[in-house]
Amino acid sequence: MKKSLDNPTILSPDDAGLYIANISRRAFIKNFALTGFVLAAGFPSLSGADETAAPSEKGKYGADAMPHGWVDNPLVFVAIAEDGTVTIVCHRSEMGQGVRTSLPMVVADELEANWLHVRVEQATGDESRYGNQDTDGSRSMRHFFMPMRRVGAAARSMLESAAAAQWQVPVQEVRAELHQVLHPATGRTLGYGQLAKVAAKLPVPDRETLRLKKPAEFRYISKGRLGIYDGQDIVTGQAQYGIDTRLDDMLYAVVARPPVFGGKVLSYDAKDALKLPGVVKVVELPSSPLPAGFNPLGGIAVIARNTWAAIQGRKALKIEWNNGPHGTYDSLMYKAELEAAARKPGKVVRNEGDVDAALQGAVKRLEAEYYAPHLAQAPMEPPAATARIVKGKCEIWTCTQAPQASRDSVAKWLKLPEDDVTVHVTLLGGGFGRKSIPDYVIEAALLSQAMNGKPVKLTWTREDDLHHSYFHTVSVERLEAGLDAQGKPVAWLHRTVAPTISSTFGPDSKHQMPIELGMGVINAPFAIANLRIENPEAEAHTRIGWFRSVSNIPHAFAIQSFVAELAATAGRDPKDFLLELIGPPQRIDPSTLGDSWNYGESPEAYPLDTGRLRRVIETVARETGWGRTLPKGGGLGLAAHYSFVTYVAVVVEVAVNGDGELSIPRIDVAVDCGPQVNPERIRSQIEGACIMGISLATLGEISFKEGAVVQDNFHAYQLTRMDDAPREIRVHLLPATEFDAPLGGVGEPGVPPIAPALCNAIFAATGQRIRQLPIRDQLRKA
Amino acid sequence: MITLNINGKPRQIDLPTDTPLLWALRDYLGLTGTKFGCGMALCGACTVHLDGEPARACVTPISAAVGKKIVTIEAIGQDATGQKVQDAWLTLSVPQCGYCQSGQIMAATALLKQNPKPSDADIDKAMSGNICRCGTYPRIRAAIKQAAGSTERKS
Repeated sequence: MKKSLDNPTILSPDDAGLYIANISRRAFIKNFALTGFVLAAGFPSLSGADETAAPSEKGKYGADAMPHGWVDNPLVFVAIAEDGTVTIVCHRSEMGQGVRTSLPMVVADELEANWLHVRVEQATGDESRYGNQDTDGSRSMRHFFMPMRRVGAAARSMLESAAAAQWQVPVQEVRAELHQVLHPATGRTLGYGQLAKVAAKLPVPDRETLRLKKPAEFRYISKGRLGIYDGQDIVTGQAQYGIDTRLDDMLYAVVARPPVFGGKVLSYDAKDALKLPGVVKVVELPSSPLPAGFNPLGGIAVIARNTWAAIQGRKALKIEWNNGPHGTYDSLMYKAELEAAARKPGKVVRNEGDVDAALQGAVKRLEAEYYAPHLAQAPMEPPAATARIVKGKCEIWTCTQAPQASRDSVAKWLKLPEDDVTVHVTLLGGGFGRKSIPDYVIEAALLSQAMNGKPVKLTWTREDDLHHSYFHTVSVERLEAGLDAQGKPVAWLHRTVAPTISSTFGPDSKHQMPIELGMGVINAPFAIANLRIENPEAEAHTRIGWFRSVSNIPHAFAIQSFVAELAATAGRDPKDFLLELIGPPQRIDPSTLGDSWNYGESPEAYPLDTGRLRRVIETVARETGWGRTLPKGGGLGLAAHYSFVTYVAVVVEVAVNGDGELSIPRIDVAVDCGPQVNPERIRSQIEGACIMGISLATLGEISFKEGAVVQDNFHAYQLTRMDDAPREIRVHLLPATEFDAPLGGVGEPGVPPIAPALCNAIFAATGQRIRQLPIRDQLRKA
Repeated sequence: MITLNINGKPRQIDLPTDTPLLWALRDYLGLTGTKFGCGMALCGACTVHLDGEPARACVTPISAAVGKKIVTIEAIGQDATGQKVQDAWLTLSVPQCGYCQSGQIMAATALLKQNPKPSDADIDKAMSGNICRCGTYPRIRAAIKQAAGSTERKS
């Protein structure tokens, strides 16, 4: 087992000297409260997203293209108390990816701060002050690595200047090192706490003049030596999630929402509910007009003295619903509709050569349809939010990936100016895209308003979470290809049919957006002369939202399964066949593939580099021992996928016994995400992505009947557990050549290649091809 | 009014006797380390110890906990095994979001107290009632083995 954590640089118990656990910060918080900020905030922020900061003449990319861009003002992000405690603000939401460790760690490194004297403070939702806070798209580190380095370097420079002034020596003669400034010529030192007051009054240096560390000077970056910042609180039950908020005189609420999307309350009777002990009030929340947007669904809320009483009260409600236009939504029928659409021509979104002629002339042809169902994110902490309104000012405490959108939405619904809404961001007990949408935050604010501003905590039960998510789309992917006499693909036709996320925000949206097509389908990097990609229409009947890695899941499942099917048809080794299909190493401008999006990144800085794609495939094949002999019932399956400007290749090893029972002894993953800021958390994200990928491939399905979600709780919406999890996961991080190379995403790109690698392994083991997810009991012998 | 022995102290609780222990802990006593995940004993996030046995607080009425020693995540570190488990969790950086880890630690501690050297199959059996959506299972397994192997407290 130790091998699954094979990570020479980190956290081995025998290596205690390398493990830096920031566990004494509770004491610092106390001191901090006594001494207060010295290097203080309050300056107007130096936002990088203005016209002058635009980095490219062709347009804006990366953080520059995000709402409110980036900020690199040290006075916004760093405070130093007289006792030396360095407070670093984390403005992105922590949901397990480790951002509250990794981003402050970047600041601390450039600042030469001692991590044991660093405390992290979570920003409220305030993008004009902090820059973009939407914690999604695998981009916190990609967009804020450089701004956070500059924050740390600027603060370090100010401390050095303050020390030089006090000693009356040229600033070139001093240097900051581990929480103090040294004057080597005289051996004098001054601690950061001693310097903070003076340093805070110095001008912030121009970003062009900052001296950033060379990679060899990094203390924390790229080392993976830090324990996670919130670790001690987590293992002692002290960590505060959204659902844990407690305020004086707080009331507790749950809401009965329309079972069918677009439904409304016809009538209700709350008499029995109000008789129950602890139930305080029953409140009707209005339904919202379609499209859904971020709006709450409406329904009947029960407000009580505790969560259990509210849940009991909700059970006692008698509600008559009007199900509205989606009351007939049925997953089985919808699948047939998607299949029918996929069998007819649709909107052409990329077209090269003459696919029809090439198919006609092909020696062998293969066609296949792949189905991937709706999924729910199902974070272990369901959505929850607490709201309080005092003297016209609303305060929110919630687990959100979208602090600013939460603030804007609450302001809009309560008709308050934005300045009168404060959103405190707690830890998130998982997010996976669900908590990017603040419908539940708005609900909490409306309930507090209905209680004259009293604090109300709204909790979603697991049933609420599974019934009323913004679901991962459902899709049919139809692929057709022709091979020539040598088994080489000469034609490729892909029809992708799936309801789009844009249907949640605009009426009559039936085609996938560029960002959805850009998730692996339009930008398939294959060297095939005749290639056409079509996107027939699909109508949405529920709220479609974001699920970790989004449309990459169905796209990678279909494409990487189909490539392996083609290899089998051609009688070729799947790895060799895939590498040939990708062709020689080249750096492709994504726009030449019809991909105008490229995860919002510049095509110059982030070309689609087939050399990197090849390298992860070659690496994972070597590390897993591709072609190794396996016991009877064993099989290896390969898949590779580019997403979130990161390259991932996976080999899954399966064992299928005589009864068709599947187990997964081992997964190897090779990841090229560019420079690795916190390799330890990258490994943990990739390990987690493997398990989420296995979970969705083997068990994951949300289905609808008569408009409503069928699955109520974890007995029906099953997730992979310890006994069915891969026994061993080996993560192989490809070394980046230089640290100034652009960073790739980490949180999401591990997920997409898992399902196809698993299904390819099952094919290798059994000869059975899985084209419909989830696998569930498809392998079982009767 | 019901009196429960929670983390070594008697606590008075004025709630209907069918109220699940989970909500008495979280909402009435403010012990929010015990988590809500499903309400049906399906995910293990609410695992506490009743007389040393792991129990799902979300389906345990407070009436059924009367007279038993209830231990929650907030106090498990006072137990030598619990402390070892917490140390192993930190050393191997097990948590991602951390939400399920209260329950995981309670389940792992109960396992190790009954079976100090669990096999992989023992770990599967004891831990498969606890869902981790982030997918920390391989590290949980490794941490349990480390805690089982460690003979003294690490600081």
